Amino acid sequence: MTESTYRIQGATGEWEVVIGLEVHAQVTSQAKLFSGAATAFGAEPNTQVSLIDAAMPGMLPVPNRECIRQAVRTGMAINAQINKWSRFDRKNYFYADLPQGYQISQLYHPLVGEGEIEIVLDEKNPGSSTKTIGIERIHVEQDAGKLMHDQHPTRSYVDLNRSGVALMEIVSRPDMRSPAEAGAYLSKLRTILRYVGSCDGNMDQGSMRADVNVSVRRPGEEFGTRTETKNVNSVRFVMAVVEHEANRQVDVLEAGGKVVQETRLYDPDRNETRSMRSKEDAHDYRYFPDPDLLPLELDDAFLDECRQSLPELPDAKRRRYEEQLGLSAYNAATLTADAETARWFEALLAEGARIQKKGDGDVAKASANWLLSELYGALNRLGKSLEDSPVSPQAGAELLALVADGTISGTIAKQVFEIMLETGDSAPTIVEEKGLKQTSDTGAIEAAVAKVLADNGDKVEQYKAGKEALFGFFVGQTMKAMQGKANPQVVNELVRRALS
Amino acid sequence: MTNLTDLTVAEIRDGFRAGDFSAREVAEAFNANVAAAKALNAFIVETPEKALEAADAADRAKAAGETLGALAGVPIGMKDLFCTEGVQTTAASHMLEGFTPTYESTVSKKLWDAGAGMLGKLNLDQFAMGSSNETSYFGNVISPWRRGGGDNAALAPGGSSGGSSSAIAARLCPAATGTDTGGSIRQPAAFTGISGIKPTYGRCSRWGIVAFASSLDQAGPMARTVRDNAILLETMSGFDPKDSTSLDLPVPQWEANLSSDLKGKKVGIPKEYRPDGLNAEIAALWDRGIEWLKDAGAEVVEVSLPHTKYALPTYYIIAPAEASSNLARYDGVRYGQRDLPDGAGLQDMYAATRALGFGPEVKRRIMIGTYVLSAGFYDAYYTQAQKVRALISRDFEQAFDKVDLLLTPTAPSASFTLGEKQADPLAMYLNDVFTVPASLAGLPAMAVPGGLDSQGLPLGLQIIGKPMDEQSVLNAGLAIEERAGFTARPEKWW
Repeated sequence: MTESTYRIQGATGEWEVVIGLEVHAQVTSQAKLFSGAATAFGAEPNTQVSLIDAAMPGMLPVPNRECIRQAVRTGMAINAQINKWSRFDRKNYFYADLPQGYQISQLYHPLVGEGEIEIVLDEKNPGSSTKTIGIERIHVEQDAGKLMHDQHPTRSYVDLNRSGVALMEIVSRPDMRSPAEAGAYLSKLRTILRYVGSCDGNMDQGSMRADVNVSVRRPGEEFGTRTETKNVNSVRFVMAVVEHEANRQVDVLEAGGKVVQETRLYDPDRNETRSMRSKEDAHDYRYFPDPDLLPLELDDAFLDECRQSLPELPDAKRRRYEEQLGLSAYNAATLTADAETARWFEALLAEGARIQKKGDGDVAKASANWLLSELYGALNRLGKSLEDSPVSPQAGAELLALVADGTISGTIAKQVFEIMLETGDSAPTIVEEKGLKQTSDTGAIEAAVAKVLADNGDKVEQYKAGKEALFGFFVGQTMKAMQGKANPQVVNELVRRALS
Repeated sequence: MTNLTDLTVAEIRDGFRAGDFSAREVAEAFNANVAAAKALNAFIVETPEKALEAADAADRAKAAGETLGALAGVPIGMKDLFCTEGVQTTAASHMLEGFTPTYESTVSKKLWDAGAGMLGKLNLDQFAMGSSNETSYFGNVISPWRRGGGDNAALAPGGSSGGSSSAIAARLCPAATGTDTGGSIRQPAAFTGISGIKPTYGRCSRWGIVAFASSLDQAGPMARTVRDNAILLETMSGFDPKDSTSLDLPVPQWEANLSSDLKGKKVGIPKEYRPDGLNAEIAALWDRGIEWLKDAGAEVVEVSLPHTKYALPTYYIIAPAEASSNLARYDGVRYGQRDLPDGAGLQDMYAATRALGFGPEVKRRIMIGTYVLSAGFYDAYYTQAQKVRALISRDFEQAFDKVDLLLTPTAPSASFTLGEKQADPLAMYLNDVFTVPASLAGLPAMAVPGGLDSQGLPLGLQIIGKPMDEQSVLNAGLAIEERAGFTARPEKWW
């Protein structure tokens, strides 16, 4: 654990920022938290609404076991206490997007208790320093519907598709001290949720949104008064909110004012927050246990199933990549930063090991380097992601196998890869058809070396006089003469012999 | 020929099967009685066509030799708190006037699936809040009973299931559904000289019943005999996966196991139910009830339920608290009434709609409930009430360590004149004093008629049983029914 050194330099001295996040994550589930209605994103308005979601008279909620299961698995993934006895409460308020007139949530007895998440402070240097952010609780609750004010000049429309969708509210401790830490926490949380499969983490679709609590204080002093900025929907925006809000509070305090405890909204277009409502006009939600629902009691068999269904989590995977596969800390961190990359990498690894008849560790480095440089570079260029990569892990593994067994050089491999991207053909086919196999024919290479040395007599003199760096020049010229198809090791060997 | 509308459910069922009469004849007879009884205002909607439709289906099934449902040929009344597909469901409120559900409540569906036919939707206190039926938006139900001696004052049929009680007592239907939150089956049954049972909380699904107070609401049957109650309850009960509070237990064969032999049963008489100033006629009836149960073989002992006096205040915190939240959905946005004054915003629409759609008693309870749940008062009221509720349940548990059943009066008085208690909500609430404790504890409890008071009005006795032991409750009810020999019926004036 490292103390943050992030400070805001005010006119009157240094200020420390204190941040806590409440993240709403939509639970991945076919059905809503208390009804059987579907949850797919982007459906026509009001086509995924059951009688329960519309709060028709006499309708009753029935908990969806899958939503509970996903929240429990999420809790386990952050080493949290799972409460075998929890209960749902009603949060009462009137709004047009809330058909029941109350949201079913968990105030008094949440499903998941204390847990923690480890974040890396310097992303470029993953091994350097880490910090543990406490999680206070995770509770499950219903999402509200959506109001649309732009469909008609004088009317508002209500879309209840989202009404009743299951959310996990993941509440952190006020343990973060800089915009970077807040960003790292949210990214890491998102990574974990995607590994677990309990939330797709699509912040642009609203599947994950953060309420950002910010306060400032003199280093070492008591916490200051906090503000809460609602519904921030990207990592970048969270960091911007922290920075903007902390500076605003410092300005207020240094001008002799007081920070008002209030709810604020972030305007990404202007990069500023503005007041929504203060504590004084906060709702009285009149929470009380929902009498339509019995307490939620979980048995050991259910918890065991949840635990056993958890995948290898990012921290464990990263350690394994470093320790067992021998990857660099940076590569291990990058490959495990999201579940899809790790899945792709492991498929590549498995294929490579199979084709080359080697162990995972033997093909890991080459696979990691190729994925992170060649494949990522290509995908960036094409504006694609791993999910829609034109090259499959199997095709990639075939290409790497050709390099590994000396059939083609690394240089040729790059050319082959470009052709693969264009045509979708396999690497062996391309190498065969285009005659790109590298040669180890010493006779041909020797002739090329002899010609290079003869053409560059001056450089040979310099080399012999001690300018050994020219060795690479001779190798390069030979490779060029061989059109890249010469086995580099053989070229090296023959150049060395010719010069000795 | 037999007057078909004088028959009990069991007699209609058996007579129809024996071919003594057709289901259509029965339905037509009751339809005629319903049509002729507008003065009672027992129905909000009459559905004679539904009754005939079910009757014809039963007649056809019988002619074809098909297996008949448990209630084939039996028409019944449906309290207008149960959502009925395609038939207006109002909870006797202006708020839901014109609301026609696209779905059928679990309990009513079970009844229709068993072959019962619907005579109509029965009037009630608005959102089941009331003990006299005076809170209905559609006018109060009038009891068919009148005091003797030429006193023609309109009397309360009890509430909230007052349409059900009045209609059964007046032979407009042989049986009806009721719901009971704090006595809404038992008190009206007592007021009108019929029987009714509130089963253990969770026996009957609440799905599709307009909610009043979720932790207390429970459906149950009302009829003229204990046997009829057993028959209906068997059909209405059963686990429903759509109601999380539904009991996942098989439904016992209550009718087949009816027995008025109470040998070996111990009946407790809770001393706290005999306060100073208890109506002498009620006290006398209670004593007679004790003798009847002894006569049936039961041993009778005094027991104590020390927290009884807190039951009423506890109930009038918990029930309004839940109601204030349950009724939040009536906001004018999706169904029911909407009042949108010119230039009104969302909040104005809520206020106008709810001011228009709810009656004074409903508003009173919403306000009480909102108050007891609000910040700063929650612990003093709601939390405290939940603690007391637990103590009341414990009182019963401890009593049931010693006895099998409890016998009490159903209500502290006979029916009263309409308007008499309307000005004083507290006097009205006191009507529930004997019925509320069993509701808070979720226990099965039944009202059976015991006799008439000196004014010629019915009085009822209440039997409270252990959780899930409806059988013992029904059996004791049967023992009283056999010994009370209650055959009085209101003289037709309507």
